[in-house]
Amino acid sequence: MSKPIVATTSLAGCFGCHMSVLDIDERILDLIELVEFHKSPIDDIKKFTKMCDIGLIEGGCCNSENIHVLKDFRKNCKILVSVGECAIMGGLPALRNGIPIQECLDEAYLNGPSVGRNKKHIMPNDDELPMILDRVYPCHEIVKIDYYLPGCPPSAELIWNALVALVTGDELKLPYEVVKFD
Amino acid sequence: MATSVQNIIEKYNKDKTRLMDILIDVQSERGYIPKATITQIANALDISHVDVEQTMSFYHFFSDKPTGKFAVYLNDSAVANMMGRQKVKETFENETGIKFGEVTPDGLIGLFDTACIGMNDQEPAALINGQVFTNLTPFRVKEIVRDIKAGRPLDDMFTAAYGDGENRNELIKSVVVNNIRKKGPILSEDYTPGIVIWKKLPQMSPEQVIEEIKKSNIRGRGGAGFPTGLKWEFCRKAKGEKKYIFCNADEGEPGTFKDRVILTERPKLLFEGMVIAGYAVGAQEGIVYVRHEYKYLQKYLENLLQGARDRNLLGKDIGGIKGFDFDIRIQFGAGAYVCGEESALIESAEGKRGEPRDRPPFPVEKGYLDMPTVVNNVETLCAAVKVLLNGGEWYRNFGTKDSTGTKLLSVSGDCKYPGVYEVEWGFTVNDILEMVGADEKQVQAVQVGGPSGSIISSAEFKRTVCFADLATGGSLIIIGQQRDILTDIVLNFTEFFIEESCGSCSTCRNITYLMKNKLEKILDARGVKKDIDDLVAWGKILKVSRCGLGQTAGNPILTSIKNFRHLYEEKIQKDKDFDSAFDMASAVKESCIAAGRIPTLN
Repeated sequence: MSKPIVATTSLAGCFGCHMSVLDIDERILDLIELVEFHKSPIDDIKKFTKMCDIGLIEGGCCNSENIHVLKDFRKNCKILVSVGECAIMGGLPALRNGIPIQECLDEAYLNGPSVGRNKKHIMPNDDELPMILDRVYPCHEIVKIDYYLPGCPPSAELIWNALVALVTGDELKLPYEVVKFD
Repeated sequence: MATSVQNIIEKYNKDKTRLMDILIDVQSERGYIPKATITQIANALDISHVDVEQTMSFYHFFSDKPTGKFAVYLNDSAVANMMGRQKVKETFENETGIKFGEVTPDGLIGLFDTACIGMNDQEPAALINGQVFTNLTPFRVKEIVRDIKAGRPLDDMFTAAYGDGENRNELIKSVVVNNIRKKGPILSEDYTPGIVIWKKLPQMSPEQVIEEIKKSNIRGRGGAGFPTGLKWEFCRKAKGEKKYIFCNADEGEPGTFKDRVILTERPKLLFEGMVIAGYAVGAQEGIVYVRHEYKYLQKYLENLLQGARDRNLLGKDIGGIKGFDFDIRIQFGAGAYVCGEESALIESAEGKRGEPRDRPPFPVEKGYLDMPTVVNNVETLCAAVKVLLNGGEWYRNFGTKDSTGTKLLSVSGDCKYPGVYEVEWGFTVNDILEMVGADEKQVQAVQVGGPSGSIISSAEFKRTVCFADLATGGSLIIIGQQRDILTDIVLNFTEFFIEESCGSCSTCRNITYLMKNKLEKILDARGVKKDIDDLVAWGKILKVSRCGLGQTAGNPILTSIKNFRHLYEEKIQKDKDFDSAFDMASAVKESCIAAGRIPTLN
């Protein structure tokens, strides 16, 4: 039997969840035995060329590119997992959700303390740039998400156990100590 | 203004742990707490501005804006709505010309929503400047607003007679009624205050007291059911210069009001229970933490405490026992459900935000001011008196093997006889329905144990009310066939949990909100089967929250899915397995206008 294929991406996230994947330490060698990585920042494969079994999504959707990537993942992965606070709830980027987008952009490009050199008061508007969404969306509001791994980031242990459970088909055990808030 | 605030601060000896009392007094005197006052308090107590502000902003009866000369807090709980709150609310708005959340331009009347005020058997009800107004009707509201505008003092505005029993007491004078429907050992009139302190305690060692409590097998009545004797023993053995007995009278669980009745009719029994606990544990001070909604009982309760001191039932060498000194004070909350959680209650009594502590250490080791502290429910402490009076063996005659004694039930909703019933553990839900005058055929569901409990259907009415089966802190809400369970009950309770989350754990702060969005999606007929599955899955995540409130905040949705799944399935779209309401064009419109670009939508 061929190995299950895993794809990962970071949308509006900080790559902390990917770092947490690396935190499984030497078990990453076991992981490579267990699964094959496809499109992912880990191996730098940029385009889907085949159907994947598991897609791990870090980060929510703050711009049009995030939406495209997420929909692309949904199309190319049998199972999608929201990994971490941002994918599940929008996380820190969603702090802007209560502020009108015009105010956010003004602060970022025109009025903020660090924009002194933007003498021409340019608001980036190139067609190549992703368009900013009115708010940061959790992934499950855009596409169907099959599983959620909470945490900021989810611990390496949790990610490891979840992956093993998905690959082996066993139920994921979540003892209180692993997920307890603090 | 500055002087009166100064007087209040002096009254509490500039003690920062009494910040709640200081803020309560300022709020009640001024109707709000201005910024300058926060600074003044912070300076006087030698704490930071933010320390004061964070406590203040936590409780919803504190306000930084004027709340009107007459602040109306109308209960917004599910049962209030069932009993006609909407019309009452509209009448308030029409008569005053303002919306809820606003104050009239002349500053006379403010209208506000509030969570259950412990009057579920006489709804719709409101608090106006701390006074309770029950059984409101549009007509009554017109009278009240007219009287306020005519400048009548609040105390003169009760056109109806005062309530029953001690509600007529000179120091209470309230229209609240007790609605005591069934009495047992706790509510029985057959009680001589001080009898245990005079006759029993002098002959018993503290260890013997604990032994007797253990023998009775009594378990905490707040809902969690921890064995009381064990709790006292842990605290007795814990090391600390001082020890404290707390009585948790914060009953904030919507639908619960039995502590209000005990505080009105059997407060001496409660105080005696605290003295006994103090003796058993070796504590010097007792604090009754009473929810702000019951502040109308303050003068009455404090007068009784003074009476007890005069009779040597409190103070020094109590009951003639040399060296046994114990006194009780009353601490009021300021509107926060989570303060019913014991460690949040302790934080609040220390003048802080009512955020639950991480445990261990448990309060019996490190509680109030980091000293060993017992926190017991009102009912538990009352029962302890009867246990010592008649013996642990006697107490075990009541109830079932694992749930001994009696339980006070607060019954409300669609039934003939709402009120307080003291029953032995071990009744079935059917028995109770019959007792309260609810026709089984007319009952669609029963909410057992308030929003944090479960909503059950007739298939489960055979179940028994006890710790091993249907555990409850005592709230039973009867829901008739005419009610829409998902909107009237489940949505209301979910909004309650969102409002009352302390915000400490992201799970309870966010998932409740996300679950509400999903529920509304289903109610709007946009839901799919996956939404129901998601609700069940997300509800599980709440279990990682620090306290019981967070852990049970999903229960209205989870238990209604379990027992009334068809109500959800009727509303979902059968032909789709995912429904995203996302629309790229409208989502990017605003930012593209801001940046001056044309959206590229392909």
